[in-house]
Amino acid sequence: MKKLLEKLTEGILMLSGTVTTVTVLLIVFFLFKEGAGLFGKSPTEDGFTVAVNHNNPIDKLSPEQIKNVFDQNIVNWKELGGNDDSIILFRMDDLLSYYSEDELGGIDTNMSLLAQKIDQVIENNKGVIAFISANEIPKEHHSKLVRIESIGLGSFFGGEVWFPTSTPVAQFGIYPLLMGTLWVSFIAILIALPFGLAAAIYMAEIADSKVRGILKPIIELLAGIPSVVYGFFGLIVLVPLVQQLFNLPVGETGLTGSIVLAIMALPTIITVAEDAITRTPRSVREASLALGASQWQTIYRIVIPAASSGITAAVILGIGRAIGETMAVLMVTGNAAVVPHSMLEPMRTIPATIAAELGEAAKGSLHYDALFALGCVLFIITMLVNITVEMISKKGTKNKLR
Amino acid sequence: MKKIILAIAFVSAVFNAATAQKIKGSDTVLPLAQKEAEVYMKKNKAARITVTGGGSGVGISSLIDNTTDVAMSSRKMKLSEKMKVNDGGVSSAEVVIAYDALAVIVNPANKVSQLTREQLEGIYTGKIKNWNQVGGENTPIVVYGRESSSGTFDFFKEHVLNNKNYAASVMSMPATGAIVQSVSQTKGAIGYVGLAYVENNVKALSVSFNKGKNFVAPSIATAKNKTYPIVRPLYFYYLTSASKMVKPFVDFILSSEGQTIVAKEGFVSLN
Repeated sequence: MKKLLEKLTEGILMLSGTVTTVTVLLIVFFLFKEGAGLFGKSPTEDGFTVAVNHNNPIDKLSPEQIKNVFDQNIVNWKELGGNDDSIILFRMDDLLSYYSEDELGGIDTNMSLLAQKIDQVIENNKGVIAFISANEIPKEHHSKLVRIESIGLGSFFGGEVWFPTSTPVAQFGIYPLLMGTLWVSFIAILIALPFGLAAAIYMAEIADSKVRGILKPIIELLAGIPSVVYGFFGLIVLVPLVQQLFNLPVGETGLTGSIVLAIMALPTIITVAEDAITRTPRSVREASLALGASQWQTIYRIVIPAASSGITAAVILGIGRAIGETMAVLMVTGNAAVVPHSMLEPMRTIPATIAAELGEAAKGSLHYDALFALGCVLFIITMLVNITVEMISKKGTKNKLR
Repeated sequence: MKKIILAIAFVSAVFNAATAQKIKGSDTVLPLAQKEAEVYMKKNKAARITVTGGGSGVGISSLIDNTTDVAMSSRKMKLSEKMKVNDGGVSSAEVVIAYDALAVIVNPANKVSQLTREQLEGIYTGKIKNWNQVGGENTPIVVYGRESSSGTFDFFKEHVLNNKNYAASVMSMPATGAIVQSVSQTKGAIGYVGLAYVENNVKALSVSFNKGKNFVAPSIATAKNKTYPIVRPLYFYYLTSASKMVKPFVDFILSSEGQTIVAKEGFVSLN
């Protein structure tokens, strides 16, 4: 009977372990499957194309060029290597300015009539560039479809423009988002680590039990505050503070985000590191003291190296929190998708982008895939950080404990 | 007897299910729709309405995915979205429930009190970078906007920027309230918000859409007599197949009682 019970418990434990692993693997698989859908596709919305007059020599444009054309930064085909014609923009909603309401009667239901009218506009205007639905091109058409460079790894990681909803061509360059994320998290960890470790050592080794009894619950309480509250605190208190301190035109900067993140990562770092330090065997500590080492020498040479694996865990969890944090960052960093030149500029991070944009991205659209690809990037960054920290700490313990 | 009770219970359950409706979308319309739903539910005890926000784009994409009955939107449905709705073999109905004036706001310390559409376009596309280019002090302009899921983002782009893209340096805020907060504490800031959000800690600019001939300050009165140029309709979208269920509430909003609530909430009523 007892044996059966043991077997049963064993089975349950194994099952839950397997289920967790499989779940994690499935999530990762799902993330990458959706993210990979972005590449190799044309950056126009599904079912839409860009067309020009059939006499126009241009037949291929880059997403960047098309954006500049539709923003009217490029106004003549000459600038793109074509004829000396000024560019006429045409979107489907513009049809009303070419034809009267009467001529377009019944166009809502009669798709082929719509297609004919659009074809006429393209035929009649030499410099036209039209952004139209692929359904609206009749079988015998006078327009020429422009080929658009598809999205590749190079333009995804190297592109400096993130405009996922711009029409006709969405821009998916994540370089500014990537840099924003790395900088904000890096500075946050730089701020949080010294403070966190110092506080952990103080609480575990130096503070008397009374102080610890008060401090520990308070710090653990900090971890329970919802991140949106931290964000609000940042927006109301830190943003004006940073703005005045550095005499900036705007207080929503990467640095503000880093400070908020550092405050948020502190409780995790402190509690985990403190637990690790306290768990150092009493015998090790006493041996050191018995050999005549001072308290500080014991902490520095014996306790911290012995607790280093726990401290590493604290660091990883802290970095994880900083890189993945969304809401607080969304509220205080300004979210401008520009490549940052200093910490005192607005930045946009990857998690903030995913949180702000996933709601509107229709399932299966390019924008949706792009956000999942961002998730993959985030996953890879976190994994790399974990592996690196793990490797460094392993090396460190070997040398120090000998 | 038992049968009758069962029948009544069944009928009322069906009735309840039929009148429970989900409304989702624009954060601009959210407070209005909530208030309307509150009053409507008080009058009709059987009706169940849940209203959630997220942005116009979120509402419409939920309508396409069929996870909401009504999409609130502060912009017209895009042609591409309409086609996605039609792809399912159904059609959608559009109802204008109120109007909203969009105010361009700056910090109260800013000397500039009026801008033309061309100047606004220059500021939001990043061509004008300092207030001294538009008659103010020598301060860099800090430009605030909404996230791309917001209908306000799209409406402003279409009507004020002539469909050009925003500059990448425009800071996108997750909510209208955050824009007001940031503009009130940043000296060189400019932002756009619904008229209902304008408070004493920010200054609303007069704007001109005829190259500076006359400037009009935003107010309910100027929005009503159509002299203020940045006025947008607020829409309800629903599938025509669900109209039987949705119609009573929509009719209530359009009634004179519903429109009084519109005015009370700081929006512009239909008549």
